[in-house]
Amino acid sequence: MTEILRVEHISRRFGGLLALDRASFTADEGRIVALVGPNGAGKTTLFSIITGFLKPTEGRVFYQGAEITGEPPHLIARRGIARTFQIAQPFTGLTVRENIAVGSHLSRPSRASALAAAEDVADAVGLSAMLETPAASLTVAGRKRLELARALAIEPRLLLLDEVLAGLNPSEIRDMVPVIQAIRARGITIVMIEHVMQAVMSLAEQVFVLAEGRMIAMGPPLAIAADARVIEAYLGHGAAQRMRGAAHG
Amino acid sequence: MRSYGGIALVVAALACVPLLTASNVVLNFMVVALLIALVGQGWNVLGGYGGQYSFGHAAFFGTGAYVTAILQVRYGVNAWLGLVIGIAAGALVGAVTGVLSFRSGLRGSYFALVTLAFAEVLRIVASVAPITGAGVGTLVKLDLRWEAFQFQSRAPFYWIILAFVAVSLLIVKRIEGSRFGAYLVAVRENEDAARAVGIDVVRVKLTAMILSAAITAAGGCFYAQYFLFLDAGIAYGPWISVEALLAPIIGGIGTIYGPLLGALVVKTLGEITKLMTGHAPGLDLVIYGAVLILVVAYAPRGIAGLLRRRT
Repeated sequence: MTEILRVEHISRRFGGLLALDRASFTADEGRIVALVGPNGAGKTTLFSIITGFLKPTEGRVFYQGAEITGEPPHLIARRGIARTFQIAQPFTGLTVRENIAVGSHLSRPSRASALAAAEDVADAVGLSAMLETPAASLTVAGRKRLELARALAIEPRLLLLDEVLAGLNPSEIRDMVPVIQAIRARGITIVMIEHVMQAVMSLAEQVFVLAEGRMIAMGPPLAIAADARVIEAYLGHGAAQRMRGAAHG
Repeated sequence: MRSYGGIALVVAALACVPLLTASNVVLNFMVVALLIALVGQGWNVLGGYGGQYSFGHAAFFGTGAYVTAILQVRYGVNAWLGLVIGIAAGALVGAVTGVLSFRSGLRGSYFALVTLAFAEVLRIVASVAPITGAGVGTLVKLDLRWEAFQFQSRAPFYWIILAFVAVSLLIVKRIEGSRFGAYLVAVRENEDAARAVGIDVVRVKLTAMILSAAITAAGGCFYAQYFLFLDAGIAYGPWISVEALLAPIIGGIGTIYGPLLGALVVKTLGEITKLMTGHAPGLDLVIYGAVLILVVAYAPRGIAGLLRRRT
């Protein structure tokens, strides 16, 4: 399986805070990879570095074998890497269709064809009924879908999803999981930051765990869930041992 | 009024004004209103569609005006050629201002302050530089021939400024239906989201600024030919920067007819104030200020926004 993304020893310092400490991970083409970890672990910072919004203090990022470290965000997007934002960033004054069309324009210079292409994308994320709705009046779930739609509209090869399920209720999450699976089925590689573990378990094939800026574990979801280092990162020092003790006793 | 037909209709209706009245007062009023509409449309491209509020469009207006006038007076260049060079010079000033402010990432009020500073620097330079006539000003020689872009009566001036306005409307209409227009609005709405979908934000802003400056400079060139006199306070003074943003904000920011609508309303208000107060200096500015506050508070999309909501 070919590697589409490779992140090598990325560090990022904000003043006295080392947000990322030589974090590395890779994503294979066509997979769904999850990036998990406690709040403040540096997951979003890592996404921002991959997509060029932040420059790393050290380390390198490779996409399809080429180094892209420090390239500006618009060039990285044009290479085929799309991202969503943790806090949805719609173009509030525009309709859903217009929002998506801004993304479609990347490969379609004509306004009419970009607006038309937005329909297919809206369809893929279940926003067809709201094409003419102003983005400002969407619900949280609607905004998350719009984030996803706009990212898909640039026709990426690699999609970075930053907590697209956060803030959704259980039934909205159930609706969203097949949407993400369908995107992967189109051959798009997905790297997702996610706190909703039930979704991580059902979607991801490979999980990386980031804690305090360091990559502390990697593996298939079930192995990760049982990993002592991961449990301790979430629940505190000694938690894994106590849990095991409780299970046996 | 969603198509080019709408523009044709509006322009055709306005073109009839000189046929209905020969009154110099009316025509003069309309010429000035259309001039403000043009300058305001320039501001609207950058401020309305691109969300980059400039307080210094005088920099482009004054450059267009001075370049046209000085080329004629000092170098004997034909006025029409002067117009073309004046527009180009205004665009160049826009490019330089844009590169300096956008490349260093200035946004919002910082951008506004930098544009204001640029205009003020140019005003001060123009008020002492010998080439502009310094304190005396620049007088364009009276030469009432169309080859010299001067006319005996007001009507030809009126039709020419109307033609400029028509071109500006067509440009904006074209922008609205283009990828560049979609990108410009995206940049206004959310720069980070724009970057994430592959938009070169600096380039989009810069293109808008150059276009905006060129349109506003065309207004300056026309001013020089119509009034035949310039000094630093006229060409680079804050008055024109204020008119440039007042018209689109009151008429409807980021709408194609906003600047035209706003210019007509603002100028009419100004005239009424003058009539009622017997030309008390500065009172029209007080009225402008009050209207601006009312619009921002109760009709953030301007008159055009109010009309759209009603229909």
